[in-house]
Amino acid sequence: MIEAVYSKGNIVAKTGNEVVAEALRQIEPDVMAAYPITPATEIVQIFSQFVADGVVKSEYVTVESEHSAISAAIAASAAGARAVTSTSSQGLCLMWEMLYIASGLRLPVIMAEVNRAVSAPININADHSDTMGARDAGWIQMYSENSQEAYDNIIQLTKIAEKARLPALAAMDGFITSHCMEVVETYPDADVKAFVGEYNPERYLLDVKRPYTLGSIDLQDYYFEHRYQLAQAMIDARSIILDVAKEFKEAFGREYGFYEKYMFDDAEIAMIIIGSSAGDVKVVVKELRKKGIKAGLLKIRVYRPFPTEQIARDLAHVKAIAVMDRSDSCSGAFPPIYSDVVASIYSAGVLSPKVLSYVYGIGGREFCDEQIVKVYETLGKVASGLEKPSNIIEYMNVRIK
Amino acid sequence: MRKDENNMKLTAAELPVGGIVEAGTAVNFHTGSWRSQRPVWNKDKCIGCLICWISCPDGSIKIVSNEKGASVVDGIDYDSCKGCGICAKECPVKVSAIAMEQEKK
Repeated sequence: MIEAVYSKGNIVAKTGNEVVAEALRQIEPDVMAAYPITPATEIVQIFSQFVADGVVKSEYVTVESEHSAISAAIAASAAGARAVTSTSSQGLCLMWEMLYIASGLRLPVIMAEVNRAVSAPININADHSDTMGARDAGWIQMYSENSQEAYDNIIQLTKIAEKARLPALAAMDGFITSHCMEVVETYPDADVKAFVGEYNPERYLLDVKRPYTLGSIDLQDYYFEHRYQLAQAMIDARSIILDVAKEFKEAFGREYGFYEKYMFDDAEIAMIIIGSSAGDVKVVVKELRKKGIKAGLLKIRVYRPFPTEQIARDLAHVKAIAVMDRSDSCSGAFPPIYSDVVASIYSAGVLSPKVLSYVYGIGGREFCDEQIVKVYETLGKVASGLEKPSNIIEYMNVRIK
Repeated sequence: MRKDENNMKLTAAELPVGGIVEAGTAVNFHTGSWRSQRPVWNKDKCIGCLICWISCPDGSIKIVSNEKGASVVDGIDYDSCKGCGICAKECPVKVSAIAMEQEKK
């Protein structure tokens, strides 16, 4: 249950999509270019109504596809505008090549993303396959457990992207978060506007006094240096994310970091998860704690940049960890979050935790308390040495044979 | 790649972010070396219509002010002219003040 923490806050009942549209109204970008797709449609539908009603001064660019939507947003950003788009699933897939253009040109395009499975077979429900596929595109990625976080994240992300000069997406789970009505605390327009501030890029194409070429060919003699700059920018974004979180807490009272630790500091067994399922896990952890089981949860909020050093430090004391991926890389190896977690702890010399890989909730498959309890039971056995840790992916709640 | 050549190039710390290339760098490149044909301008035939000047994609038609203060053609900048022939093509037929000639080896 969300409680008011800001003296001037306003407690409202809104869906994830509604509250993200509300945040975008308050941010009032110069340009919104988007193409509707389930379950993100409402975000742009509501925003387009704001434009039609003259509530915002934003330019709304209607386009014929998601590829055009992101292209228009990139062009607007290059011209010097604060540009936003919104999409999901196949829409994000269609944006693919342009995602890399946005990051390569270092343009802080903002995307309100709603996580949905990718086709085929066609499926409109939540899993993280869409954004996880884009994990190496040079975009900052932030995930939300609920509508409150979706609202807070998109506000912070606008500031982070512009400071880091990187495109950024804020994601929430399709339908579970995007369409569920929840209690959310929103902040007054003036306070949100003051927080995000004005976008004043150092260089922009419409600056006729200082013209430049953007997007020229860049071969073996310079391309590598530019890609190195991008990789470093992602590393540098870490401190920017924490600085903005600090400012956000000072302004509105809510605390954010790379991840949220729930009953974690003394945990012997823990789950790592992203998105709305964290809420269910918290319920189970609370119950397990009542029984004296030292269970904990680490909910990742910032997935790109991945907080490698911090997570390795924080996981060092945990005996057994279950990394829960709501997407599969279909790589023959391991899914995304597992790979990042294991690489992070191994490279830091943290070798004691046993780390298990679970894939759950694909295409909106139910993920409920009983399954979570079972994972913690397995972790308990692995932690105490009763069971050998599995070195293959455990696919949860799927009929295999 | 030769080592000395490599050392002259900018590092990631020095390069402008986002692949920005400052405007007006064409002056640093002698694109004239690309030519297989060269435009030759005949001052006596030229009527000063400036069609060549406005058509040239590389700004290689040199102009000056005459005694009346009007802009007139003053020749061709062979450092930048790539020999595309647009000026010769666009020069009014009756005038033909620019003709393309084989570039000497």
